[in-house]
Amino acid sequence: MNAILHELRKVPLTAKFGCAVVLFYIFVAVFAPVLAPFGESEVVGYEYEFWSAVNWLGTDSLGRDMATRMIYGARNTIGIALVTTMIAFAVGSAAGFFAAVLQAWVDQVLSRAVDVVISIPTLIFALLLLTIFGASVTSLIGVIALIYATFVYRIARAVAMGIVVMDYVEAAQVRGEGLWWIMRKEILSIAAPPLVAEFGLRFCFVFLTISGLSFLGLGIQPPAADWGSMVRENASLITFGDLTPLIPAAAIGLLTVAVNFIVDWMLHKASGLKT
Amino acid sequence: MNDKQTPLLTMQNLQIEGLSEDRWKPIVKGVDLTLGKGEVLGLIGESGAGKSTIGLGAMGHVRDGCRFSGGTVHFDGIELTGATRETCRDLRSTRIAYVAQSAAASFNPAFKLINQHTEFPVRRGLMQREEAQKDAVDLYRQLQLPNPEEIGFRYPHQVSGGQLQRAMTAMAMACRPDLIIFDEPTTALDVTTQIEVLSAIRNIVEDLGTSAIYITHDLAVVAQMADRIMVLRYGEEIEAADTATMLNAPKEDYTKSLWAVRSFKAAEKAPVAEGQMPVVSLRDVTAQYPGMAQPVLNSVSIDFHADRTVAVVGESGSGKSTTARSVMGLLPPVQGEIPLNGAPLSLDFRKRSKQELQAVQMIYQMADIALNPKQQIKDIIGRPMTYYRRLKGKQLTEEIRALLADIELEPDQYMNRLPSELSGGQKQRIGIARALAASPKLVICDEVTSALDQLVAEGILRLLGKLQKEHDLAYMFITHDISTVRAIADEVGVMQQGRVVEQGAKEAIFSPPHAPYTDLLLSSVPEMDPAWLDRVLADRAAARG
Repeated sequence: MNAILHELRKVPLTAKFGCAVVLFYIFVAVFAPVLAPFGESEVVGYEYEFWSAVNWLGTDSLGRDMATRMIYGARNTIGIALVTTMIAFAVGSAAGFFAAVLQAWVDQVLSRAVDVVISIPTLIFALLLLTIFGASVTSLIGVIALIYATFVYRIARAVAMGIVVMDYVEAAQVRGEGLWWIMRKEILSIAAPPLVAEFGLRFCFVFLTISGLSFLGLGIQPPAADWGSMVRENASLITFGDLTPLIPAAAIGLLTVAVNFIVDWMLHKASGLKT
Repeated sequence: MNDKQTPLLTMQNLQIEGLSEDRWKPIVKGVDLTLGKGEVLGLIGESGAGKSTIGLGAMGHVRDGCRFSGGTVHFDGIELTGATRETCRDLRSTRIAYVAQSAAASFNPAFKLINQHTEFPVRRGLMQREEAQKDAVDLYRQLQLPNPEEIGFRYPHQVSGGQLQRAMTAMAMACRPDLIIFDEPTTALDVTTQIEVLSAIRNIVEDLGTSAIYITHDLAVVAQMADRIMVLRYGEEIEAADTATMLNAPKEDYTKSLWAVRSFKAAEKAPVAEGQMPVVSLRDVTAQYPGMAQPVLNSVSIDFHADRTVAVVGESGSGKSTTARSVMGLLPPVQGEIPLNGAPLSLDFRKRSKQELQAVQMIYQMADIALNPKQQIKDIIGRPMTYYRRLKGKQLTEEIRALLADIELEPDQYMNRLPSELSGGQKQRIGIARALAASPKLVICDEVTSALDQLVAEGILRLLGKLQKEHDLAYMFITHDISTVRAIADEVGVMQQGRVVEQGAKEAIFSPPHAPYTDLLLSSVPEMDPAWLDRVLADRAAARG
């Protein structure tokens, strides 16, 4: 216990701030129904009401409570981004390790396929695929996970390439170990720190992409609340000097900054530098 | 110029601490040192003795996670332990230079040698670019690099290890510094290359009157290079004296034990009975890397018998390791056979059965990259037992404990450790244990002691000898160190350019007449006599006429 406390004391202030913010977001997302004063898509007043004791952040274009929708938005936006990033990492790292261990034509086929996907601008490709498959939550997760798996693949492959040349991997191969065992026991354990750091970073990108798609109307569909579309729906309020549409934007920005603080700290730890 | 009485560098009660598990632990515990102008001081000791830390301290530098905690370092009147970055930066490379152990890892692979060489003299405004390039070529010539006019325009990967090490020495000389720190500059080289680098370094240091600190764990090397020797252990000075006194009349027991290491010798064994079946043999094995015109192995035949050690010697690139890779099935030969107990093995390891894979095991040179840093010791040596012998649960734990006891590591203490929590020698012991865990017939030892200090290496050799007797193992022992061969081998194969040029019982190989290449190899092994290098160079010059 003392050791953990001691370890915690060494965590830099920025990373502590990042952790605090992320924990707060998770708390809000998990307890959304308890915390929110109204229902997610419940109409509680007139459109565009200003901040008041009842509607803390006013109401939106349909008269729904903004504060409530902020809270539910955390749930939808973060939840979907998290699932998407996890799928992207599972698929991307498995394929990357696979290519690094087998090399030869497997590597060629996978790498060239990834090159093709990467060469198309992310947002445009996502828009195209979502138009084809329809804008449901499942296809949203699938499409974005596929696109981001290509980036993860490149990192996982590069990291694993450096590991497969190590003698302990050769020793395992000569021992007769199977591909799955080598990927799991010899490579994943070493490749984990850079991949975890990358996870944090990619999570932000996925999160921003989903918000961006929602802003364009192809992401999370109404009446479900999410921060990206909340910015879009209330954007016109800016003209009247009302700062409300900036609040979901700020929520997105704050989470991105917080996650990056944590990632910086993890990268520093993984680098092995002591000062 | 050669005023060895005037001190250039003085360290008084130098203390350096390192951060380990959140605590500052002393690495250097109060070392006093004086280095005169033009003097060469040899620092020797085992790894962990603080040699390199002191060497870097002489430049006012400490590694990441270390700090100066007391004492002073004065270089020509300038105090360095508390000096600003700017002061240190002005001194380094212009007045103090550093030659690292691995030149291959220290050069930037993306720039030509000469551009890295001239960077400092030009940036410090000491010379114009053309002038600096001319000077570089002169230095290359003095260091006896081949094609001095042209070699600088190559990239680091286009020259050999020995040449790179000399190019690095030339680079250290670029600004004509007053002090050069050589940190094990020849440890990674084989003996025939080492001798060239040593003589080149010594000549240039003498010619230019440079002071030097020469760090090494090889006594014979330091005997050739240094005016004075300081022996270090656990960050403290054991003793210091001029080279002749130190070699002939060491005072401290520790120093004597260092000197005595070379006496280890395995017990003599009767020659193998006529007609006895070898465990594994190579029959006219020819191997070739894909896409290369020349074969790397040319009809190599060697027999490995149970309870016998065959040492394979030769310089780097002679095909020693390739022979091992062929036996392992990592580089399938294009011609020839590799029978195991008389029955030919598949040449590709992927096609070998579990029993065949089990029979041949390998111990790697670098235990650091041969053990997965994220696996505990019990997993590393337990896995071959589970995989080949299907041991599980209690039986597995007992076997692991027995094996750890066998390699002289306390089971309770080491079972759950990670490789990073072990010393270099202990890691190599784990490498041995992993090979043994498979209950093999033939064990290939690829330079297993070359990364270790002599005392530790001797322990490993003793252990290998003991295990050979207990388990009736055949060893293929690859090395470039002749003293190791003398200690452990029963038979010797000398390799050059992919061929076995001489082969036979150890006594036959080591007694004259030698094949010409064997002679070169044997005469290149440094001896303790400080006059050895001069003598060998004179002999060779005479032979050339």
